[in-house]
Amino acid sequence: MSWNDTEPMVSIRDVYKSFGTLEVLKGISLDVMKGEVICIIGPSGSGKSTLIRCINGLNDIQAGSILVEGQEVNDPELDKLELRKKVGMVFQQYNLFPHKTALENVMMAPIRVLKHDKEIAKKAAIELLCKVGLEDKEKAYPGEMSGGQQQRVAIARSLAMNPDVILFDEVTAALDPETVNEVLLTIKRLAEDGMTCILVTHEMGFAREVADHIYFTDGGLIVEHGNPKNFFENAKDPRTKEFLSQIL
Amino acid sequence: MKCHPYKTDLPVMLPYKPIETENFGSTIKLWYAVPIVALILGTSAIAQSGSDIRLGAVQTLMRWMPLLLQGFIFNVLISVMAMAIGTGLGAALGIGQLSLNRLVRSSSWLLTQFFRNAPWLVLLFFAMFLLPFEVNIFGIIVPLPDWVKATIGLALPVMANVSEIIRGAVLSLPSGQWEAAESLAYSRRQTLWLIILPQCLKRMLPPWMNLYAILTMATVLASIVGVSEVMTLTGEALAAEGGRPDLLAPFYAFVLLIFFVYCYPIARLTVRLERKFSVIN
Repeated sequence: MSWNDTEPMVSIRDVYKSFGTLEVLKGISLDVMKGEVICIIGPSGSGKSTLIRCINGLNDIQAGSILVEGQEVNDPELDKLELRKKVGMVFQQYNLFPHKTALENVMMAPIRVLKHDKEIAKKAAIELLCKVGLEDKEKAYPGEMSGGQQQRVAIARSLAMNPDVILFDEVTAALDPETVNEVLLTIKRLAEDGMTCILVTHEMGFAREVADHIYFTDGGLIVEHGNPKNFFENAKDPRTKEFLSQIL
Repeated sequence: MKCHPYKTDLPVMLPYKPIETENFGSTIKLWYAVPIVALILGTSAIAQSGSDIRLGAVQTLMRWMPLLLQGFIFNVLISVMAMAIGTGLGAALGIGQLSLNRLVRSSSWLLTQFFRNAPWLVLLFFAMFLLPFEVNIFGIIVPLPDWVKATIGLALPVMANVSEIIRGAVLSLPSGQWEAAESLAYSRRQTLWLIILPQCLKRMLPPWMNLYAILTMATVLASIVGVSEVMTLTGEALAAEGGRPDLLAPFYAFVLLIFFVYCYPIARLTVRLERKFSVIN
């Protein structure tokens, strides 16, 4: 399953997407190499979340191409389940299964979807909970945990599928300020371990520190992109400058 | 009630609650006392107008009570069976309404809407007069007595309502649950059975219990088509007593009372569950 380093793991070309008459993506292209961390930033309604939801087929696109490890996502014949085994996703609202404990949330998909042995999956799930710093929350239900803890379980749940790339959709936007850092730290460790990450985020400091590449979207287009240093210090487009001046 | 515990010369109606709670003890709630009081007051008031040779209304009622209670047990039996059949069929129909297959989805929808918007009594008549009195299943003749037909007739609207309860509960879950399951590569069937429906059970319980209480009260419709349930037996008992008008009120009050005693706790429990779940969700 491992993807080579020379071709982009995710390759997006001229993607168009509209909801009815509302055009959300108007020709977006970007590449993500294996092990890369890219951040997509931009004002609300600029199509950031829609874009990453297209990568695992939660949204379909009208035109263009999205290749994940060489496989076309915009193919009606595509086996979406196979795609989603490779592409993990973490949501703004965590979306943990409230009727299952933290441990069950993490180990359920490997057992039911990947058909892993129950004991092995359980052991792996316990290790993952340790990795996100929640070894004492195995038996806790989502309703009994803070937002930050729930989000870390959600990250562990996604990791349990052993994906090649993980999509993070504004994962700290719904959190209390004091719990944002514990989640960002978890993601940062993942990135350092070499996980390919595509993040939609409003955390500029985090993007600057962790990202290999930053894309700025506005009005359904990528207005500007570059490495964090260049992007934050030498933004050229007036829209980027205006956005950064409001945020920083 | 010649003397009352309150001394007042104001022309106001005195509350009788303290008196009644003394009589019935603190364990019986006021709500239960109301129909019992109505029954006894009605009985004694009318009994006084009866002649001395005949038994008083209360004694007459006492004599018939075992039979009437048997009839009520029959009502309960019909309601439980109609609920079981209706829930089974309704569950299939409700899940059918969520199918991705257009034909399955639209036919489930049509069936649900048809039986949900039909008067129960008409469905009951339909079942009574369209179903044969016996069916031949692989050479075995199975008789279909009236009460079985009535049960089937009542199960039809239950089925449609259960179908809607399931569809409503599934739609009431946040879409994030579907998306999370999808992005973890669960198949649609796994998503429905492992993630969505288990969460819906809690949401479905209060409306399902509510439906059961309504069904139980609707079982008396079976008297119209001649099933020997409590209403039919009450009518027959009254006829056997020679149609004494003084018996009407106590007999039917008794029937009301047993339905109340059976259905009210279900209603209370439903309200409590609704409150509990609304706090959690």
